[in-house]
Amino acid sequence: MTYISKILGVAALLIMGSAVARGQGAQISVAAAADLTFALNEIAKEYESQTHNKVKIVYGSSGNFFSQIQNGAPFDVFLSADLEYPRKLQAAGLVESGTLYRYAIGEIALWCPANLSLDLKNKHWNALKDPRVQKIAMANPAHAPYGRAALEALQKSGIYSQIQPKLVYGENISQAAQFVQSGNAQIGIVALSLALSPAMKSGETWEIPGDMHEPIEQAVVVLKRTKDKPAARSFFNFLKGDSARGILVDYGFTFPAHAPVAPSTRREP
Amino acid sequence: MEALFLSVRLALCVSAILFAIGMPLAYWLAYSRWRGKFLVESVVALPLVLPPTVLGFYLLVAMGPRGPLGKLWQALFGHGLAFTFTGLIVASVLYSLPFAVQPLVASFEGVDRKLLDASAVLGASALRTFRRVVFPMSIPGVLTALVLSFAHTLGEFGVVLMVGGNLPGITRTVSIDIYDHVQSLEYADANRMAVILLVFSFAVLSVVYGVNRRVGRRVWATWPAR
Repeated sequence: MTYISKILGVAALLIMGSAVARGQGAQISVAAAADLTFALNEIAKEYESQTHNKVKIVYGSSGNFFSQIQNGAPFDVFLSADLEYPRKLQAAGLVESGTLYRYAIGEIALWCPANLSLDLKNKHWNALKDPRVQKIAMANPAHAPYGRAALEALQKSGIYSQIQPKLVYGENISQAAQFVQSGNAQIGIVALSLALSPAMKSGETWEIPGDMHEPIEQAVVVLKRTKDKPAARSFFNFLKGDSARGILVDYGFTFPAHAPVAPSTRREP
Repeated sequence: MEALFLSVRLALCVSAILFAIGMPLAYWLAYSRWRGKFLVESVVALPLVLPPTVLGFYLLVAMGPRGPLGKLWQALFGHGLAFTFTGLIVASVLYSLPFAVQPLVASFEGVDRKLLDASAVLGASALRTFRRVVFPMSIPGVLTALVLSFAHTLGEFGVVLMVGGNLPGITRTVSIDIYDHVQSLEYADANRMAVILLVFSFAVLSVVYGVNRRVGRRVWATWPAR
């Protein structure tokens, strides 16, 4: 045995030893859309308290995760803010069979800091025409699902052409919220789940009626490359359960009528 | 294409501004004997090591209505600084500062001290010495500074993403445009812009490094005759 292989052997023993020392619980690596930031943290905590498993969550844009997963990113579970991405992964054969599940429908809301007193509860869309509102933040409708819904709602309300020059676009729904929170935009169209989060709760919120836009269908899949199928599936099943659904309701998510997921009808981008 | 032209316009403005403020700053950094100078050098070099997210985050807060920049701008012009072309210029000047200043400092420091002393002994003012001795001998450094600030601004992404707001013709630069295309899975469109940027950046850099070498030689060869 050469010197180097001895060192490698010792290193391997140490790594294995530390893995054993951490206990039997599996670690589940989750990629999740940014709108879930607060709700999923609570769900994961609840799940961890009921099992020995640990959940490690990365938040980001669903589109980014989609590209990363296609290129072999080591995630076990993927929660997307847009049903299209899990569908495409399924079509590409990267998804565990029978694990495409629409866990919730996202809602959008107008949100502004309390000190602006725009009176969103009564003014609704008209608050956007207030002269104090110089910039309106929303997610980029070109690729963010919440941005697409916001654009549809603005167009349907008939206000779009009047306020269009005031719009600025965040890369995802979190950034749109960040533009308003930092005061650079006065009001924003954000995910209701973020407007109800601890950091933003103190502001004014008006929930935009769900019939103003196509439903923002959120879906979860277990990825085929997961190393620990039982653990990944147990987290997947936990998302369907009452305690997870309860937390999702707290954050303003609603639920689809539970038909099996139909094949996509939307035009390919 | 609109995005590419916007980026070029931004890079030109930023290079011009950096040329104007980089010159005196670099001169001071090259010749000052102040003991605390290393602190200023560190501040100038910060954008080299800071992630664009740190700069972008602080700029976003500073440009907001509660931040110093935002307050000043609101008082002067009646609107905020974020999501404007001017805001991008401010951000890019900060972000590209070391790329303009460091080559200038290096070439100013490279000028032989004896020549400066000779110029002073012959009665030339500091400004005249700079114009007639230091500047002509630093042409390669000046060119490098201009081109690096231009190229670095053209390739800027993170800071623009954080304070730009993605407005077509105002803050949607070519790097943001490419990112949007990739996000929308429009790889062909992304590739079209990316190739243009790649070729363009390579061409600009080659021209400059080529010219830089030749000018460098000529300046050294012809200098005593002037």
